[in-house]
Amino acid sequence: MTTKLMGTPVQRVEDQRFLRGLGRYVDDVAAGQDVLHAAVLRSPHAHARILDIDVDEVLDLEGVHAVWTYDDLAGPMAEPLPLLIPHPALSHGRTQYALAKDEVNHVGEAIAFVVADDRYVAEDAVGRIKVSYDFLPAVVGIDNARAATHLVHDDVPGNVGARLEQNVGDAPTAIEKAPHRLELDLTIERSACMPMEGRGTVARWDADINRMQVWTSTQTSTGVRAAVAVKLGLDLGQVDVITPDVGGGFGVKINHPWPEELLVPLAARTLGRTVKFTEDRREHFISSAHERGQVHHVSVGFDDEGRLLGLDVEFWHDHGAYTPYGLIVPIITSTQLLGPYKPQNYRVVFESLYTNTVMVTPYRGAGRPQGCYTMERTMDAIAQYLGKDRTEVRAVNFIQPDEFPYDQGLIFQDGRELEYDSGDYPASLEKIKALIGWDDFPTFRDSMAAAGRKVGIGLACYVEGTGVGPYEGAHVHIETSGKVKVATGLTTQGQGHATVFAQLVADELGVKFEDVEVVTGDTRRMPYAVGTFASRAAVMSGSAIHLAAKRAKEKVLKIAADALEADPKDLQIVDGVVSVKGSPGTSIDLGTVSVLSNPLRYAFDEASKAATQFSVGDPGKPPVPEDEEPGLEGKDFYSPERATFASGMHAAIVETDPLTAEIRILKYAVVHDCGHLINPMIVEGQIHGGVAQGIGGALYERMVYDESGQLLNASFMDFLMPYVTEIPDGIAIDHLETPSPLNPLGIKGAGEAGVIPSAAVFAAAIEDAEGFPITAMPISPSELFELRQTRKDTP
Amino acid sequence: MKPAPFDYRRPGSLPEALEALAGEPNAKVLAGGQSLVPLLSMRLAAPAMLVDINGLPGLADITVDASGVRIGALARHADVLASADVRRVQPLVSEALAHVAHATIRNRGTTVGSIVHADAAAEMPVVLSLVGGSVEVASVRGTRTIAADDLYVGPLETSLAHDEIATSAFFPALAPGAGVAFEEIARRHGDYALCGGGAVVDGDSVRVGYVSVADVPTVVDLSGVPLGELGEAALAHLEPADDIHATAAYRAQLVRVLTERVVRAAMAATSSKENPA
Repeated sequence: MTTKLMGTPVQRVEDQRFLRGLGRYVDDVAAGQDVLHAAVLRSPHAHARILDIDVDEVLDLEGVHAVWTYDDLAGPMAEPLPLLIPHPALSHGRTQYALAKDEVNHVGEAIAFVVADDRYVAEDAVGRIKVSYDFLPAVVGIDNARAATHLVHDDVPGNVGARLEQNVGDAPTAIEKAPHRLELDLTIERSACMPMEGRGTVARWDADINRMQVWTSTQTSTGVRAAVAVKLGLDLGQVDVITPDVGGGFGVKINHPWPEELLVPLAARTLGRTVKFTEDRREHFISSAHERGQVHHVSVGFDDEGRLLGLDVEFWHDHGAYTPYGLIVPIITSTQLLGPYKPQNYRVVFESLYTNTVMVTPYRGAGRPQGCYTMERTMDAIAQYLGKDRTEVRAVNFIQPDEFPYDQGLIFQDGRELEYDSGDYPASLEKIKALIGWDDFPTFRDSMAAAGRKVGIGLACYVEGTGVGPYEGAHVHIETSGKVKVATGLTTQGQGHATVFAQLVADELGVKFEDVEVVTGDTRRMPYAVGTFASRAAVMSGSAIHLAAKRAKEKVLKIAADALEADPKDLQIVDGVVSVKGSPGTSIDLGTVSVLSNPLRYAFDEASKAATQFSVGDPGKPPVPEDEEPGLEGKDFYSPERATFASGMHAAIVETDPLTAEIRILKYAVVHDCGHLINPMIVEGQIHGGVAQGIGGALYERMVYDESGQLLNASFMDFLMPYVTEIPDGIAIDHLETPSPLNPLGIKGAGEAGVIPSAAVFAAAIEDAEGFPITAMPISPSELFELRQTRKDTP
Repeated sequence: MKPAPFDYRRPGSLPEALEALAGEPNAKVLAGGQSLVPLLSMRLAAPAMLVDINGLPGLADITVDASGVRIGALARHADVLASADVRRVQPLVSEALAHVAHATIRNRGTTVGSIVHADAAAEMPVVLSLVGGSVEVASVRGTRTIAADDLYVGPLETSLAHDEIATSAFFPALAPGAGVAFEEIARRHGDYALCGGGAVVDGDSVRVGYVSVADVPTVVDLSGVPLGELGEAALAHLEPADDIHATAAYRAQLVRVLTERVVRAAMAATSSKENPA
């Protein structure tokens, strides 16, 4: 019997290409060919009315083919970009135009689009465009947005895009009556996804067949396809969107269509040439998307054991200049904040605010890091207040293993009830305590203190709703060579989908792993799909692929049973050969089964000769049986009722330098439960990457805007994404596998988990080392030093 | 992030390069390109001409003798760092180079290029000052030597004329029995330092050079200042400033800490030389 691949650390098939520099990204498409290149004039001002755009000097420049401003756009292209996820609470949703109409609302907003022989000339041309502005006051930061002295959009009072409140029980009354009460104010700053490959789009209009082909670096090829069709007045069937290798997404590429994803196809059709746009790093900083910036106020009531009696959270979410992705981020914050706990009574209300800064769309974790930070800092504050161990206070609030499914009584980001499907939080807590050495820490602290060194320990727990709907699909095709071609529509950004999906197919079909080839994100291969976000690829496409492979297998067994004159129940498939159990001589390989599945009129090789209508089938019956289709294929879709909830706990031991306030990570531990693991090595890789990004968000990265709305650190020199040298050498990982009952494989998502608790963990550990509250993250050595000074100065 | 148009020359001899520079007042010399190319790409600099000196013969030499270390204009940081002779004769050069950016940047970037870029946040300009070095410059008018003390005239500004090329830098040998140390604190490994310091201790003489806490590469003479008061004494000569990564007060704290550390380390290096283990 073939060894089962599910659960084994199969080496990634992608790595050969990626590590040898053979990956093929958008900028590699049509490289070296006669392609035109686009550049964008972006607003240098955070808030201004556009009085005039003078492009007279542009077309004189040799090598310039065309320039577009808003006035050149017509029909749907002249309307605002789509508000992708409307919500009843989003009373004042606003989206940008593909090119700014009358007003710019953040530095970096697209104003004009130039197409030239190469990017050099295109940038020269951009430099020649003259724009007259009438400057308006910029609204920067949550405080200024709330003060609303100035408005981002004239018709949005108070800068409030949305206000949403959810209640479970009566939190204010419960807090009022509680024996103990605390209030906390917490802030968390902006960061961003920062994939190594920025945005990019190539388009080619084939006038001979009236067809648009678009390559774009996206997390949703079907989404971009629909947007291009709508905006350019094409039928869906005329548009192909192909996602080549994508050098990271982390959320920013789920937002769509970006202006350039429409302008490049428009230019390609207008000019009859292949057109390419490749975003540069500065553009990525000022014209894609950011996340995280929120301010929270917490009131909590609890009993002597630290048991929550009522939790009331009010927070303000800075969504930047526009809201194309709706309220997904603050809704996730407001619901996932609860983590593994039972709050008894919960009230949460948020305002989503406009500022004259880059818009906010989901970044890995998507609002969860902020919620986790607030909940876990609250748990730490309760423990501190009661003088209890921080793990004990958490334990008394856990949902217990026998309480699943557990309905939190809230509405989640997918519009469905926030109902946890499974989990075992007490078991996770035991594991994380063992892994980090929680109980031994006081001894360690004492020994370090004796050497004049300061250390602290922190932990944080989270629950993550993963694998949200609506659906994904898969197509499995067994070729006459016996090789298996698998297509699923969601895209891949380096997660290792080609490996894990092949594992599932090899297991289900009984074929060799290396005979399975997976294609993702190509609308020609699978036109029905949603996208890669919300840690959903394994759950959604994994399940769909498993189901599609099952269907293909049923067909294999039926045809093979006919050919072998056996009962399908007596057949097995091992290494691509169907045989009768117990009589291995009676066998047929999958390639031959595939030949038989497709009765032919024409023979063009030896294999097809065997499948001509004179060679196969019962002459008394139609060559293709009723209710069957030619070809050895299986197709299926997976559409779950609701999300499945992964969970985990992180802990860290840090050292803070008494003189320089440098913060060193001495140990980092992760316990992770994403149900059954398909490939533990890939899951651990996801955790490593997530932890690294989390360390970036907690200790290094921020978006530094000045009061006029200029981003002061829009480069990798000043935006401090951590290098490998800043990441601890070795992250201790332990797994717990609580299967999900919601999908056939019992899996849960794993992509985002690593980043969620970082801010909470580091704030807790630094607070523990320093002995004073840490309420604003990220934190730098300079800020820690200044906090110490403030403590010294205030008696 | 593509440069504005410029003329590009790649002369095969020094006189040819000097002619090209003399003929175009808005020309820039391209050596390792680690500072210039990003400035061009961001269009923060738009020279009319680049004179690429990478084709000039003889400029990559590193010559070491008892008097000191001479580093040619095309010698890469990595080559200087790898030289055992350099480390033996003037160890401060090697100590400081280990803090210059990352391996990939050191493979291309030139030590002389870094010196004449004159960034007060860079290591090598202040090291040249600290050891009392000089640069050799050439132009169509001939050659001259500029002492480090006369080289840095303002932020990112040197006393080189627009048509002069720095052909080499000279770091005098460390005096027998003297000790050196270099240390810095950066946000990330290889970043520009929030604060850095190098010390030379020679008998009673204690001198410390600083990175990122003044507008220009700055050396402070701390001879005679008691241990424990060094940092405070140094701060009288420095101007740590706020930026997005650190407050002035934090930088001042780093001056206190690092001054003490490098002086003690340099003193330790002195005694270890006197009493070889």
